[in-house]
Amino acid sequence: MTDKQRENLKNRIAVVAAWGVALIFFFPIFWMVLTSFKTEGQAIAVPPLLVFEPTLENYIEIQERTNYVKFAWNSVITSFGGTAVALLIAIPSAYAMAFNPTHRTKDILMWMLSTKMLPAVGVLMPIYFLAQKAGLFDTKLVLVIIYAMVNLPIVMLILFNYFREIPKEILEASRMDGTSTYNEIRQIVMPLAWGGIASTALLSIILCWNEAFWSIVLTTTEASTLTAFVASFQAPEGLFWAKVSAVSTLACAPIVIFGWLAQKQLVQGLTFGAVK
Amino acid sequence: MKTLKKTALGIALGLSTALVANAGELTIATVNNGHMIEMQKLTPEFEKANPGITVKWVTLDEGTLRSRVTTDITTKGGQFDIMTIGMYEAPIWGSRGWLESLAFSDAYDVDDILPAMRGGLSHDGNLYAAPFYGESSMIMYRKDLLDAAGMTMPDNPTWGHVQDAAAAMTDKDNGVYGICLRGKPGWGDNMAFLSTMANSFGAKWFNDDWTPDLDSPAWNHAVNFYVDLLNNYGPPGSSGNSFNEILALINEGKCGMWIDATIAASFVSDPAQSKVADDIAFAQSPVAVTNRGANWLWAWSLAIPAGTKQKDDAVKFLEWATSKDYIELVAATNGWGSVPTGTRASTYANANFTAAAKFADAELKAIMSANPANSTQDETPYVGVQFAAIPEFQAIGTAVGQQMTAALAGDISVEEALANAQTAADREMKKGGYYK
Repeated sequence: MTDKQRENLKNRIAVVAAWGVALIFFFPIFWMVLTSFKTEGQAIAVPPLLVFEPTLENYIEIQERTNYVKFAWNSVITSFGGTAVALLIAIPSAYAMAFNPTHRTKDILMWMLSTKMLPAVGVLMPIYFLAQKAGLFDTKLVLVIIYAMVNLPIVMLILFNYFREIPKEILEASRMDGTSTYNEIRQIVMPLAWGGIASTALLSIILCWNEAFWSIVLTTTEASTLTAFVASFQAPEGLFWAKVSAVSTLACAPIVIFGWLAQKQLVQGLTFGAVK
Repeated sequence: MKTLKKTALGIALGLSTALVANAGELTIATVNNGHMIEMQKLTPEFEKANPGITVKWVTLDEGTLRSRVTTDITTKGGQFDIMTIGMYEAPIWGSRGWLESLAFSDAYDVDDILPAMRGGLSHDGNLYAAPFYGESSMIMYRKDLLDAAGMTMPDNPTWGHVQDAAAAMTDKDNGVYGICLRGKPGWGDNMAFLSTMANSFGAKWFNDDWTPDLDSPAWNHAVNFYVDLLNNYGPPGSSGNSFNEILALINEGKCGMWIDATIAASFVSDPAQSKVADDIAFAQSPVAVTNRGANWLWAWSLAIPAGTKQKDDAVKFLEWATSKDYIELVAATNGWGSVPTGTRASTYANANFTAAAKFADAELKAIMSANPANSTQDETPYVGVQFAAIPEFQAIGTAVGQQMTAALAGDISVEEALANAQTAADREMKKGGYYK
């Protein structure tokens, strides 16, 4: 076997392996979508049905019973709002830590990241009371604040790493020209790290979109998001798999479409600085 | 910069819609059970009859609902005007002053509510929740399989007879298992069933001095019987099965017998859901040494948290949703076979209902025979059939349930499981201050 043939074989194996992994990841989503078009009886059939007469009854019932658009809109507002607030705080903070580091910078970052190790339920009561006293129960604002705070450590850490890739010489040159710190961030750092900021934002939006604990605990009827929407279709006494599959499909659809549209930025951002 | 400030202020104001509950707007927390969904669909009828009152629903799965309403009621959050709770919470929360005591108009006919339900939802003679639908437990079995085995099912079978029937109906080669029972851990999952089984074997949760009694021979006998029965004649993976999993199995024709909530009777005898709907018959829960506590008692009920600003409107809704008129409204809309059962004597006296629901007699008999105040062979200091109505029971029941599942899965022996369970229960009771 020549070197070229060996190289070709390696590539083919890599392609097959990539497809295999992709199929493994995609299968649960495929099965969820498939089940959403089954009746409850078909959903629990043994052996599982691959061929069946599809029905829209689950989607029709969801439409009759709930206001999907309201839940989806709340998810959009809180995910994008929480991400925007997190970026607003994280960009200047990451800038300060990346370009003016002290001997405590790494400790501070580690401490911030360590807050992610605390289970959410550990701070349930204080946050519940704060929301109650501030009159923020069941508002989108409380979710925006919580989502921003919950994701801030991750967003900061990622941005810090992106910013560190920017050569300091560029900033020094701009400083010699008398640029203010604000303009330095806005006109130099942000354009240079745009791919990284976009992918960080996308990651944060996905994390906010999938957040269930706080959205269920802190909302009732006005600010509930799609995760609360999915939770409302589980039944302690009665079959619900087909309906939950339909609800989950509807809950996933917007973020999957959004991720697909933004995949170029996502890949660009994730590979930023990977090859020097 | 000014524009930025204005935009930020605008966004903040837009996002923070005031939470002050609107007058005439009721927020109700509930579970996603069939009868509850029907209530939501019929709510416009209530709103039409009560102009000025609107109803908003928060539907959650059982576990989340329980933690949400518990958090809300203990912090006086005031997020809900009506809560869906069970027979476990009603007397405990009522005794602590967390729920409004209920008083209804004469037209409501509170005496029509089945005594077992009224008693289970009361504390010191005060009713703290109105039953929306109630249930006990009973045997649902495949008459065709039993006939083929040349056996019959008495109306009040013993556990020995159930074991024989399970052996006769099991046909593992064709994927048919003689008996399906709950195995998934949880105080409301496997322990709801196992408590009733243990009761009938003469066991109890606590002694007179509140020390746990899980290391007694009666518990040992009951749990060994349960583990052997499921290992010999139950489906594989029983340790992961609870109500919904077994419902799926029996509807597919995989179970010969199922002992579970009476509400399941309407599902397994519904041809739209079940492949074996016409072959299902019913009998009372099996007994070993006593029939006390052999079948459980539960009611999904509506209660009003203390301190709600909408008490009058909330009472109006409760009266409507748990009334005889509501049952007739459901019957007129969906037929008598779909009405919420287990709450009112008048439902079982209705010929239309008994004709539509072939499980009606067995269900009523099961409910009427359950007595939370006298559910064990020996006297106990607690009230409750499949639970002890004390705040510590949730933690104890779940810890014990995990041990029972481990024994069923074969990870530890029954003796080890019960010893661990006794230790866990003892620790919780000491922590609760019942003894030193």
